[in-house]
Amino acid sequence: MAHIQLHDIRKSYGAAEVIKGVDLEIRAGEFMVFVGPSGCGKSTLLRLISGLTSISSGELLFDGARMNSKVPSDRGIAMVFQSYALYPHMTVYENMAFGMKLAKAGKAAIRERVERAAEMLQIGHLLERLPRQLSGGQRQRVAIGRAICRDPRVFLFDEPLSNLDAALRVATRLEIAKLHHDMEKATMVYVTHDQVEAMTLADRICVLRDGKVEQVGTPADLYEKPNSTFVAGFIGSPKMNLLNGAIAAGHGCRTLGIRSEHIDITGEGAVWSGEVVHAEDLGSDTYLYVDIGAEEPVVVRREGRRAIALGETVGLRPRPENLHRFDAGGLPLH
Amino acid sequence: MTALDLTKKAGFALAVATIVTVSVFPFYYAVITSFETGTALFEVNYLPQGFDFGNYLAVLGQQAFPRNVLNSVFIATATVGAALLLAVTAAYALSRVRFRGRGLLLMTILAVSMFPQIAVLSGLFEMVRFLGIFNTPWAMILSYTIFTLPFTVWVLTTFMRDLPVEIEEAAIVDGASPWVVITQVFLPLLWPAMVTTGLLAFIGAWNEFLFALTFTASETTRTVPVAIALLSGASQFETPWGTIMAASVIVTVPLIVLVLIFQRKIVAGLTAGGVKG
Amino acid sequence: MTDMTAPLSDTAPPSDARPRALRKEPDLEARRRRAAFWFLAPMLAMLICVAAWPLARSIYFSFTDTTLTSLYDGRWVGFDNYLSYRQLSSGRVVWRGTLADPAWWNAVWNTVRFAAISVSLETVLGLMVALVLNVRFPMRGLVRAAILIPWAIPTIVSAKMWGWMLNDQFGILNDMLLRAGLISEKIAWTANADTAMAAVILVDVWKTTPFMALLCLAGLQMIPRDIYEAAKVDGVHPVKVFFRVTLPLVRPALMVAVIFRMLDALRMFDLVYVLTPNSSATKTMSILSRENLIEFDKFAYGSAQSTLLFALIAIFVSLYIWLGKVDLGGRTPA
Repeated sequence: MAHIQLHDIRKSYGAAEVIKGVDLEIRAGEFMVFVGPSGCGKSTLLRLISGLTSISSGELLFDGARMNSKVPSDRGIAMVFQSYALYPHMTVYENMAFGMKLAKAGKAAIRERVERAAEMLQIGHLLERLPRQLSGGQRQRVAIGRAICRDPRVFLFDEPLSNLDAALRVATRLEIAKLHHDMEKATMVYVTHDQVEAMTLADRICVLRDGKVEQVGTPADLYEKPNSTFVAGFIGSPKMNLLNGAIAAGHGCRTLGIRSEHIDITGEGAVWSGEVVHAEDLGSDTYLYVDIGAEEPVVVRREGRRAIALGETVGLRPRPENLHRFDAGGLPLH
Repeated sequence: MTALDLTKKAGFALAVATIVTVSVFPFYYAVITSFETGTALFEVNYLPQGFDFGNYLAVLGQQAFPRNVLNSVFIATATVGAALLLAVTAAYALSRVRFRGRGLLLMTILAVSMFPQIAVLSGLFEMVRFLGIFNTPWAMILSYTIFTLPFTVWVLTTFMRDLPVEIEEAAIVDGASPWVVITQVFLPLLWPAMVTTGLLAFIGAWNEFLFALTFTASETTRTVPVAIALLSGASQFETPWGTIMAASVIVTVPLIVLVLIFQRKIVAGLTAGGVKG
Repeated sequence: MTDMTAPLSDTAPPSDARPRALRKEPDLEARRRRAAFWFLAPMLAMLICVAAWPLARSIYFSFTDTTLTSLYDGRWVGFDNYLSYRQLSSGRVVWRGTLADPAWWNAVWNTVRFAAISVSLETVLGLMVALVLNVRFPMRGLVRAAILIPWAIPTIVSAKMWGWMLNDQFGILNDMLLRAGLISEKIAWTANADTAMAAVILVDVWKTTPFMALLCLAGLQMIPRDIYEAAKVDGVHPVKVFFRVTLPLVRPALMVAVIFRMLDALRMFDLVYVLTPNSSATKTMSILSRENLIEFDKFAYGSAQSTLLFALIAIFVSLYIWLGKVDLGGRTPA
């Protein structure tokens, strides 16, 4: 269990700065997710924490101890890679034991720890197989098992689910959540570009944009109190309606945000009205796209199946308490 | 099938047949010649006339030739072994570690592998004399390094560059030093590439002529190519074609067998050494 | 930890934007660079020993009057081995040195002629063979194996084999040509000054076309089949497809293959030495140089010739890479 502190961490390749001064605390035992669009620097930041990439400037502390110049294996970390990165010529057992073997652990200790991790992940029956004889999901379990065997202070996950198909991704996500629960003492840092993964797994989420931290907070915080239009647009599915122009000006702001579930369809007291141009029926909910004269249609969630025909004109009433107002710089107005 | 299609097919088959015949015939002819002695040798025969092992007995019965084969085997093996040993770590550094001047270094190594051997001959001659290894296998082992080493470094670098980065990073996180990464992670993955590279370098060393001709002075220290080139008959003006063909077949058959076994890998190695797109 | 490092950063000049980067911290990348140095050192030492030093000595010898028997008694003679002149009492100027030696210019002409003709033929034939092998047909693997045979045979052996086939009295080639009625009397291919060069080129083309073919084939196989199918659908004539699609796409591979072969051809020694010994019609620069070095005891003179050959090849390679924009690093796909 480690408390991680990043103080003004920067990374540049030549003249190009990719991490532009990140200050962040990751609490001991916390599940922290780095999320952001591709190229935002989230993977680089993870690699700076792991030690695989060296820090250009700033300070990285684990439990108060400076880590900048420590090599990865001395930091007490374990890493799970997107491509699993199993050693192809070693059996599952050897893959999981490799780190301990290099650390000159005793044979019995190795066996015990490998077997315990294998049991935890239900891969005990695969120990003598080679990675190429395993399915994608099994390989990722082995990769996680290998991380567990290192008994790390910090688990680092670099988009571990991206190579799995949709169904397996959900199953493995649950597995990782359970793992975090079982291993109470482990701090986990997880990188993903998928905000659903971020929302479902994280204790706290760190949204990165262009090498800088945009916002850090619990999933609920980010969802309810995004402190920029960027976060508002990035977190949540479907994304928050962001309206500009006259509609926003009417509320005294540059951009007005409202989530689809916070708009009621109503006949009386309607603030906006427009034609239904498209509808997505998901069974439990229906998303209606209503053209109210803004740049894009407003998305409105309606529980159950739709009873409104395309082309029909509806009245909309956003709940005032759920309106988000942003200024010209994309920052919230209070 | 139209007549045009038929002509096309026939033309194609003819092309394939020509390629195969031209490739194989000279060696086939060497083989049938090697089984002919006496006057049969001086008749042009397109088909084998029987199997007379006289030439083989003659060439193997000579004092020098079996020694020459042993020399070649020893020299080629030692050269390739040394080159692979030095090349593996160098290839790791060149393919896996970012440092200033890496591109220039790679180009220099490639340039050395394309050196005209004659350009270093007088300098090497002096060195061989200085070290006192003239007319010993060590002269060849030393001088062959000039082409086997850059070649193996270059090819292994190309192969190593294609190994996934994340596997190495996983090993680093597991606490593996660069040496452990090479020996315990990369080498087991690279052995097919090592075999290919080694085989190609072996063929290069086995076939080398200029250095071997210059750095040997007696019949027993010669390598096989020099021995075959200088094989003479009873008199100076009579070329012993029968024994030359027998000797040629003896040193070529193992090579051809190896090449045919490893043909796919060899093509991969050649393209890695020469072109990769 | 922070206390320990604080004074260090204070010593850094305040004007520097990234004071921490100045500190030498042996992080992972620095350690890897150090390991890389030690990994490269033995190989580099060896190359300096067998390539750089002998090359430097060879060049040095070319400016001395060193002889084979007394390697260390050479005196510096400047450019005398290359070119010098003396004015006789009669007033006539006598030029001496390699550059005034008709034998040298004959060798240059032979080498260049040999290299240009044989490499051109190999390239065209190699491309043709590659095009044939690029078509799927039964037993293609066997055919590919068959063309490897000439490549696998040692040059000396192929020289002897062909020497026998080209023999004037008992050679099978004369027999074939006589039977076909193409020649009326037996030709001494290797001994005759008019045909010696043709014989050498024939054998070289036979031996090295497979190499060219395999490299071309590798280039061809990297061309996606869709391109051909698209051209077929568009009804483009196959000849046009070859010149407009295939050739431009294999060009990078071809350029590299050609330079490899060219360098090999320019240093030609073994084939000529064995197939046409002592024939001035085929004597190459390498052969002439070695003759002077070792056999005629004109050690320094031979060194001057080998240095000239080296310079010629160096200039040729630079021009070729510069004009042809060849990517020898070979990382860009065809």
